[in-house]
Amino acid sequence: MIVHSIFFYFFSVIAIFSSLMVITSRSTINSVFFLILDFISIGCLFIMVGAEFLGMILLIVYVGAVAVLFLFVVMMLNVAEQKQSWFIGKKSTHIPTGLIVSVLILLELLVVVGGWKYKEDLMSSSTLLLSDVSNTHQLGLVMYTDYILYFQLAGIVLLLAMIGAILLTFRERIGVKKQSYINQISRNPSTAVELIKVKSNQGVKIDD
Amino acid sequence: MIEIGLGHYLSLGAIIFFLGVIGIFLNRKNVIVILMSIELILLAVNINLISFSIFTGDIIGQIFTMLILTVAAAEAAIGLAIIVVYYRNRGSIRVEDIHGMKG
Repeated sequence: MIVHSIFFYFFSVIAIFSSLMVITSRSTINSVFFLILDFISIGCLFIMVGAEFLGMILLIVYVGAVAVLFLFVVMMLNVAEQKQSWFIGKKSTHIPTGLIVSVLILLELLVVVGGWKYKEDLMSSSTLLLSDVSNTHQLGLVMYTDYILYFQLAGIVLLLAMIGAILLTFRERIGVKKQSYINQISRNPSTAVELIKVKSNQGVKIDD
Repeated sequence: MIEIGLGHYLSLGAIIFFLGVIGIFLNRKNVIVILMSIELILLAVNINLISFSIFTGDIIGQIFTMLILTVAAAEAAIGLAIIVVYYRNRGSIRVEDIHGMKG
């Protein structure tokens, strides 16, 4: 138990520190790196608490895909010179309001934590955690039977996101020579080859 | 203090949620950091769902966490695509420069 609590405090301190650095670091690329560190430590916490599959998914999907997507966008856009300027320069008018709202949200969430009581009759569900099968097996047992509709809807959401991202960033370039497959495969010898009788000392005029 | 319970995980989620909200409100740099703050908020929600799922012994929380992961990935893709298009049109993604709707 002592080891569990030591690891919990280790990972959670790293997670809180790195999320603080995400919102305060001076350059955007450092923010992305700290976001990756945050995802990794939270993923370790998930694995530690017993949700191994979701911890691994967090590592694969977030660190492997989403954070790398952020990195690519930061690399492609020229945001390197836009340094962080929180309290210097033009004063923003919504900083006090934002601070008040954020602190209120934190206090409300902590009140929820303090007021949480274990209710004894809470465990009346049909999808309780079983002790004799692994976490991934359990997740599959529930997800592909009771929640198959949500699973498929998640797939449709991903498909729409893919179509939307392609459609948004698609740009038709003008004046670029492209290969036309239809024209290529519909050629035949009668249109492709032309036989010309060449007169002496006159040559052939081609490509007119 | 030594015994790690549900409250510890909920407190961690609350702190990360708080930092995400602060990141949205106080950001004056660029929109990418706002998207990263939204990712932090969704991560905090996932922490809450998973800790409730483990400590109450019900697997539904983990199912919902998976759906939230899906939606977060889709949101990041669409948001970054919008940022790329905006940068292509305007040449800047600073938060101060985005005032086309006078909001």
